[in-house]
Order: sequence, then C-alpha cells, then structure tokens
Amino acid sequence: MPSLEQFLVVSAAFFCIGLYGVLSRRNVVAVLMSLELMFNGVNLAAVAFSRFVLPGPLSVGGIAAAALTGQVFALFIVAVAAAEVALGLALVLALYRQRGTIDVTEVNLMQR
Amino acid sequence: MTVLDVVFWALAAVAIGSALGVVFIRDLFRAALFLVAAFLAMAGFFIILGAEFLAVVQVLVYAGAISILIIFAIMMTGDVTRGNLANRLSPLALVTAALLLVALVFVAYQGGWRLLSDSPGVEAAHAQVLSQTPSYVGRLLVREFLLPFEVVGTLLLAALIGAIALVREQ
Repeated sequence: MPSLEQFLVVSAAFFCIGLYGVLSRRNVVAVLMSLELMFNGVNLAAVAFSRFVLPGPLSVGGIAAAALTGQVFALFIVAVAAAEVALGLALVLALYRQRGTIDVTEVNLMQR
Repeated sequence: MTVLDVVFWALAAVAIGSALGVVFIRDLFRAALFLVAAFLAMAGFFIILGAEFLAVVQVLVYAGAISILIIFAIMMTGDVTRGNLANRLSPLALVTAALLLVALVFVAYQGGWRLLSDSPGVEAAHAQVLSQTPSYVGRLLVREFLLPFEVVGTLLLAALIGAIALVREQ
C-alpha cells in the first residue's frame, strides 16, 4: 500500500501545477482548467487524510463519521466545483460576446 | 513492491504528466483532453484509497460533465487558434508554484501524522467502514451533514439558474 506521504506529494504536485496555470495562462478557459486541477489536488489530500490519519476524539457519528468525513468533504468540493465551472463558463461566454476576446490581459474594463 | 504500488506509480505518472499537459500544451482542445486523463487518473487514486463512491462521482461529474462544459466553452469562443499562451507573469508564477511545492512536500514528510496503522483496534473498525463506503456516505450526508448538503444543493441550483440567466440571448 502506498503511504500517506506519497499521496500528499501527488496532491501537492497537482495543486502547484494548477496554481502555475492559474497565474500564468492568458486564456480564461485555460485558467478555469488549471483551477479544476487545484480542486482535484485538494480532494486527493482530503481523501488520503481520511484514509490514513487517526481521527481526533470521536464525537458525533462515531467511527463512520470519522473515517469518511474526508470523502464527504471531497463530495461537497465536487459539487461546488461543478457550480463554479458552470458559472465561470457562463461568464466567459458573456465576456466573449461583449468583447470578442477571452484573453485575461485584454480585459481591462475597470482600469479606465 | 506490491501490485498496488505499481498501480500507484503508473497512476501518478499519468496524472502528473496530464496535469503538465493541461498547462503547457499549446493547443487548447488537446489540453482539455489531457484534463480528462488527469480526472480519470484521480478516480484511480480514489479507488486505491477505498473511496469507490467518490471515484464514480469523479468520473460522472468531472470526466463527464465538467470536461464537456469546458470543451463547449473552448469551441464557442474563437480564441482556440491563438492557443494556450503564457502572460508576462509566467516566470514569477513558476517560482511561486515551485516554492509552494517544496514547502508542501516538506510539510508532508515532517508532519508527524498520527497514523491509523499505529492503533490496530481503530484500524480494524476503520477498514470495516471502508468496506461499504456508499451506504455510510449516504447516511452521513442525510444525518451529520444534512445542513451543508441542503446548502450545497441550493448553491448548485442558484449557480445553474445564474449561468442560464447570464448566457441567455437578450
């Protein structure tokens, strides 16, 4: 069985590649794709922690809650990511209709 | 080295390779296809970790729905031909991301995590829960996490109505 550290390193790699993409790409859709990579890295870390790490004092829900909280968190993150990407792409389309470009360096409506 | 280790390393290579592809490939459409590969590799990690339900959700929502939405957006906006360019800040972003990676890997190996494998009693109960994840996850969602569950449902509804309102023809 791979260790917790190995999963954490993969999750960190995902997060950092995504972060680099978010900060460095010019196309908004590419930025959104990199954002999804970051979400995935966080999900992997949450699930790996819930699989390997001893839960704190077991309070509500007992061992099932303690063992699966990471997975439930990841489910919520998936739902929020779906909402985010739907709204984000709607904004991208609205922007494209109005300005004819989705280059983040050319969207400077609020600078003037 | 067990079979699981081999599977892990193969998945890690596919996942990180496709993640790099998403960011560095010039052709946006191919980058979106690499994104699907990264999502599927992530589903494989979830299966290794005993989160089968989450793996299915990952394939359905990420590899199915979100990637299709992204491909739609790429097709409907005309910037595909210009490709996936970098902006002025790209070297700075590379340094930031590399530093963060070093810090995260350092923390992962220094963390002093209280591992389950150190307490066999809890680990047995844990393994019993993990052997039937979907039913336990379902019960958790409508008991301990009922309020967040309802809130996230409302959020999703609001976001989708907002998205429709935004792209509607006037």
